[in-house]
Amino acid sequence: MTFLGWLTIVLFCVVLTLLAMPLGRYMAAVYTGQPTFLDPLFRTPERLFYRVMRVDPERSQDWKQYAKSLIIFSLAGWLLLYFILRTQTLWNWTGLNPEGFHSAPWNVTFNTTSSFLTNTNWQYYGGETTMSYFSQMAGLTVQNFLSAGVGIAVAVALIRGIIGRSGKGIGNFWQDLIRTVLWVLTPISIVVALILVFQGSIQNFSHYVNFNGPTGLANSIAMGPVASQEAIKELGTNGGGFFNTNSAHPFENPTGFTNFVEMLTVLVIPAGLVFMYGRMAGNRRQGYAIFATMLVMFFGACCVAYVAEAHGTPAQHAAGLHTQVVAGSTGGNMEGKEQRFGIAGSALFDVVTTVTSCGAVNSAIESYTGIGGAVPMANLSASEVIFGGVGTGLYSILLYVLLAVFIGGLMVGRTPEYLGKKIEAREIKLVAIGLLITPLAALFSTALATASSAGRQSISAAAAGGPQGFSETFYAYLSQANNNGSAFAGYGGFVQPNAGSLGSHGITFADLLGGFTMLFARYAPILFALAVAGTLAGKRVSPAGLGTMRTDNPTFVVLLIGVIVLVGALTFFPALLLGPIVQGLTGHLYQ
Amino acid sequence: MKRDIITSAIGILVLTLFCGILYPLVITGISQVAFPGNADGQLVHVDGKLVGSQEIGQNFGLQVYKNGKPVMQNGVPVTNPDPRYFQTRPSATVPPNNAAATTFSNLGPNSVATEQEISGNIQAYIALNGPYYPGKLRAANVPVDAANTSASGIDPDISVRNADIQAHRVAAVRHLSLAAVMTLVNKYTGGRGLGFSGEPGVNVLELNLALDRMNGVHA
Repeated sequence: MTFLGWLTIVLFCVVLTLLAMPLGRYMAAVYTGQPTFLDPLFRTPERLFYRVMRVDPERSQDWKQYAKSLIIFSLAGWLLLYFILRTQTLWNWTGLNPEGFHSAPWNVTFNTTSSFLTNTNWQYYGGETTMSYFSQMAGLTVQNFLSAGVGIAVAVALIRGIIGRSGKGIGNFWQDLIRTVLWVLTPISIVVALILVFQGSIQNFSHYVNFNGPTGLANSIAMGPVASQEAIKELGTNGGGFFNTNSAHPFENPTGFTNFVEMLTVLVIPAGLVFMYGRMAGNRRQGYAIFATMLVMFFGACCVAYVAEAHGTPAQHAAGLHTQVVAGSTGGNMEGKEQRFGIAGSALFDVVTTVTSCGAVNSAIESYTGIGGAVPMANLSASEVIFGGVGTGLYSILLYVLLAVFIGGLMVGRTPEYLGKKIEAREIKLVAIGLLITPLAALFSTALATASSAGRQSISAAAAGGPQGFSETFYAYLSQANNNGSAFAGYGGFVQPNAGSLGSHGITFADLLGGFTMLFARYAPILFALAVAGTLAGKRVSPAGLGTMRTDNPTFVVLLIGVIVLVGALTFFPALLLGPIVQGLTGHLYQ
Repeated sequence: MKRDIITSAIGILVLTLFCGILYPLVITGISQVAFPGNADGQLVHVDGKLVGSQEIGQNFGLQVYKNGKPVMQNGVPVTNPDPRYFQTRPSATVPPNNAAATTFSNLGPNSVATEQEISGNIQAYIALNGPYYPGKLRAANVPVDAANTSASGIDPDISVRNADIQAHRVAAVRHLSLAAVMTLVNKYTGGRGLGFSGEPGVNVLELNLALDRMNGVHA
């Protein structure tokens, strides 16, 4: 560990807070119809979208209408993406398939389509050996925008339900979606993409480059429109890499500076939404309390990951390596890490990407130390409420807030209420079921994949013995159920002997189980969150009395952290013990 | 219902045009005008011939021949490190440093396979650099980045300590003074982002090409 390593982590938290606060103010204006400085630019395209799509943005929807629009729109997106990916060669006339790649098989495409629709971006394929530029742009990039837009829309709808004082309306889905794309995602993506190119990311439509190096060896370099996809991939907490090695690839993440920028890009919207919530709720301290909860848990995860990775692995020590920091060398566990990021830049990125639903990686998580690998799994086990995905993080933690209010109410023996609204049996049932869907999907799928030989064929050969194989499986379904997308990447669902998918086949069990896990664990909680919004929207607000439990002070922050840790730990601790914690506790090497 | 279906169908098409076609084209347009070298991958030419990208690590190895034929293993040419050049980090891609099919090693922390891989890398590193190193080069002196596989498989950088050790060999083989080689190493050592983010690294391709220029070698 180094001073600069710790400084990076602390500065990151500070800069994130400084960026998220004004963004929260801006987004609050966007979603409440206040004027913003980008209005002159986007008013006209916005009206154009409504006219072409035949939308009346003024019409407020109740939660069922909102949910119906969202589901049908998602279905349309799924069908178009599946079509584009399966007909890859059909689009060769655009000139955007210079390598002439064929489509991946149906089962892999089912998984990929479900994955990008649900903001997961789990990838059984390698980008530069599978996807044409057209598929990356018109297929995957589009869903990077839209899945993020859908997530934010749900969060905004839930907020409207919580604070609503009149009737059943929770806003208009189409308006929330279009305004998110235009006012939030597009401008920030453009800025980030240009910073990336300025630092060395590529953005072209060229053929892959072939050449002989200085010693005469033949080599080839993959090209493409990388920066535009990279920017929205981080901003929308999507995480699907243009290349197979994701943000470790020098064209996706060229310098230590871009590494810092990309991490900020991942967290800025989830953090900004929390501040936005405080403003929309009319009490900024509500937002600060939730932000404090998230930041404490985030910082703790960073510390554990950094210390664990700086320590090195049993395999390194058995081979005789010294893993202390010495002059000119990072020390620590550098297996699967890039020199320009070092230990701190990799560990921090790892935490950033797993507390959110991003799942982009700049280092190989499978090669992390046992405890270093337990950190992302613990983050995922907290159901992505430590900032979480864009939108998903906020609506998930608001469900936890309601649960904490309920438990707090039981403890003091009063009717629980939140922001003046009584939390009653119906809300708590919806909240409880909504929060249990993701763990249920993760554990059920893990059990199925561990217990069946069809599931075990996805485990990589090197991990077949010992706890690593279980860790791979558990991580795969935990990640897909949380719509994260990061991986112990040895776990496979696609056998591809040649670039371009000729002669390849998918592992149907892993592809389908993963695909259905992602879809179920995405849309079921959305429906419950919208249902909560619907029931709360109609409730009367009663003034706070002496006995009202406050939800904007440190006591509540502690209670909320307790509830999150308790639910996550009770649900996942046995599974964590079987995999990464065993690895962290032993120095034993497995065959 | 019907209204939602129509709106969805039109919506997904116009949003595909906006986010999937217009947005990447705008970024490409601006990038190609404002940062043309970067947007195309910082490709490096020597005497008009393309030799790589500054940002992408390569394999500085020599093809092994037997009876005039290149030796292949599993369809991949067998190479030995060229002692005249600084060597990049170990790579999990096939062939090594293949920038058209990047991959992680995915080797776990408690696996025998990982220990064997690391031991193999250490032995190769000592065999290559040990004879030129002042004193005895032991496993404990080998920097972690020289023994562990990089993430991208095409890491362009090596650690400063790794470069310092290799400099002894490169200087001896090229008949250059150690000081001259170290001057170049320092010149091609990149700093941290904003002074704190990440770690310094030595860009191997730039360093090797500078050495060739110093020796008057043309690739």
